[in-house]
Amino acid sequence: MKCRVKCRVNRVFLLCVLAALTGCAANGEEREPRDPFEGFNRGVYRFNDTFDEYLAQPVARTYRKALHQEIRTRVGNFFANIQDIFIGVNNFLQGKVQDGVNDWARFAFNSTFGLLGIHDVASEWGLEKHNEDFGQTFGRWGSPPGPYLVLPFLGSSTVRDGVGTALDYTASPASEIRPINLRNSLYGLYLVNTRADLLDASRLLEEAALDRYVFQRDAFLQRRRSLIYDGSPPREKLE
Amino acid sequence: MNRIVAIMLSWALLAPAFAQEVAPDVLVKSVTQEVVELITKDREIKAGSRAKLIEVIEAKVLPHFNFGAMTALAMGQNWGKSTPEQKKRLTEEFKTLLVRTYASALAAYSEQKFDYRPLRAKPTDTDVTVNVRVIQPGAQAVTIDYSMEKTGSGWKVYDVMVGGVSLVANYRTEFSNTVRNSGIDGLIKSLHAKNHPADKQGKK
Repeated sequence: MKCRVKCRVNRVFLLCVLAALTGCAANGEEREPRDPFEGFNRGVYRFNDTFDEYLAQPVARTYRKALHQEIRTRVGNFFANIQDIFIGVNNFLQGKVQDGVNDWARFAFNSTFGLLGIHDVASEWGLEKHNEDFGQTFGRWGSPPGPYLVLPFLGSSTVRDGVGTALDYTASPASEIRPINLRNSLYGLYLVNTRADLLDASRLLEEAALDRYVFQRDAFLQRRRSLIYDGSPPREKLE
Repeated sequence: MNRIVAIMLSWALLAPAFAQEVAPDVLVKSVTQEVVELITKDREIKAGSRAKLIEVIEAKVLPHFNFGAMTALAMGQNWGKSTPEQKKRLTEEFKTLLVRTYASALAAYSEQKFDYRPLRAKPTDTDVTVNVRVIQPGAQAVTIDYSMEKTGSGWKVYDVMVGGVSLVANYRTEFSNTVRNSGIDGLIKSLHAKNHPADKQGKK
């Protein structure tokens, strides 16, 4: 377990070095200070885009057609329920004890009365779903996001959030599921279900953006900042 | 006779005053409810008619937006460098783009519920944020924050934040990048091409 975290962190570190090298090769024009590795990131972005266009999206579309919305919501609920454990842990780590207790109560109710989480009964009973992860906890502790990074397959991230994501994956109880085949099938289902949920959003992005890379990057950075402050970040005044 | 004129005159003067009286949060709620009602009931829209959807947005939503202010904010420093003609075209194209995007967002609407948050503002405030939350099963609620400003013709929206992402701020980098590379006219051209994909590609 420890080694795995280390390996992932090492990988992220390696990626940064690589990014730094390729970043320098990019043209030295007026660059976005939050995205010093833009050249490298755009490369990964193109790769992800191709993968998405030819594999992830068609699979997600078929999946969406094959399964009724009701069932897809249940699948989403099942995974969301497992995530509540670590959403709670992160709330505790950020000192938000009440929220953490809320998240664990959600897990307890949904796992039992909600039949392994497929019914989100806790929400109906007034226990709100939160959005937390290790990246946000680091941010709350004062870590700056660091340079923007596009990770292969995973997409938008930053150095801080990349480390956070590595931790999210290794810490998640889902990674302990055995046999491995079952675990991998569940991961696959999770990814397809998530992508299917995002089909509308990605079409919207396509429609709204002049330069999708820039639009997505800026939206991601704004979104993360907002999440760290739980929706009410200190206002940046537009002059 | 004179009295009738006086009464009519006072009505004419009072009418806009009444329009201004509508509090910003009340306005957001009533417009949202009206639009949701329309799009869930209208046969053409349910059958997927984009034209009808855009018609609804133009009639019901647009009057409450200040696109001039939105475009100026999204342009930042470059706004001051634009000619009045460029400003007019930029505003027009940006408006079209936002309406198209908004139509796509509405087309994806499927019975989510809205939670209207109480407005936290003093009666004397002229710049407020109205919060609405979109509730969806199994996921954290999505917040929509409307930044609104009091104008002579009622409260107007000048920015929308979805899940903490400000629309205006997000267009800023895009706009300034495009202006840097191809000038203000280049930006107008890009926006126009984005709004009229058929002109250029012939397909899609």
